[in-house]
Amino acid sequence: MSQYSKSHLRSQLGRVRGLGSAKSGTHHWWMERITSLALIPLSIWFLVALVTKLLGATPAELQAWVSSPITALLLTAFTAIMFLHAKLGVQVIIEDYIHCEGKKIALLLFKDVVIYALLAGTLAAIAKLHFIGI
Amino acid sequence: MTRPQDHRPLSPFMLGPYYRLQISSVLSLLHRVTGFALSIGLILFALWLISAAYYPDCYADIQALAASIVGKLFLFGWTWAFFYHLGNGIRHLNWDLGKGFTIPEMTRSGWVVVVFSLSMTVLTWAIIIRKVGL
Repeated sequence: MSQYSKSHLRSQLGRVRGLGSAKSGTHHWWMERITSLALIPLSIWFLVALVTKLLGATPAELQAWVSSPITALLLTAFTAIMFLHAKLGVQVIIEDYIHCEGKKIALLLFKDVVIYALLAGTLAAIAKLHFIGI
Repeated sequence: MTRPQDHRPLSPFMLGPYYRLQISSVLSLLHRVTGFALSIGLILFALWLISAAYYPDCYADIQALAASIVGKLFLFGWTWAFFYHLGNGIRHLNWDLGKGFTIPEMTRSGWVVVVFSLSMTVLTWAIIIRKVGL
């Protein structure tokens, strides 16, 4: 009887462990929306630049493109928001499909390491192309 | 006594035997698949900029890789994934405003996204082929 009472949507193990809301779900959901909204103009801008200017560009041509302050600013914003959006999205995929707790935590950490490493490298590359050159 | 939760099918294994695929669920699944594919594409995005700034010799290799047949197939796939995720993402944001929840509206907006993503992919590649050839 009791298992069909008001809390039957939670598993018995979850109830015993006291697992429930970690009080951060709304923040995750909200950040996903905010980043997606910002990415609508930024990603279209990047794709247009890619197709019209950057296909087959030499490093020098790429550097000339990033030398404009507005381009550098938009590219930095696109990069940072894009990686954050990917981080939030891939996190949900891992949480949904990996049910073994150890593997899940390991994969979530691995995902963060890869994303932050690529993000740091890309931001440094944009800064170097903009301020120093090749 | 067997508890009901012992045999609950867990996502994604409920697809098929327990759940018939419909336009709503197929498009939902594709949103996740394209989001993940685009996240993987960020590796190439990062390597492209990092190599241009720090390793000009590797830049030519990455460009050759992207210009190869396999590279072009991947880029074509990412182009469609981008337009699909963009269109369906806007569809999601519209739902977040509390709009478009009836079944006919949902089916129609779904097909709009499918047609939008396919035609924008063709248009983008028509421009690319006109600019740099196949």
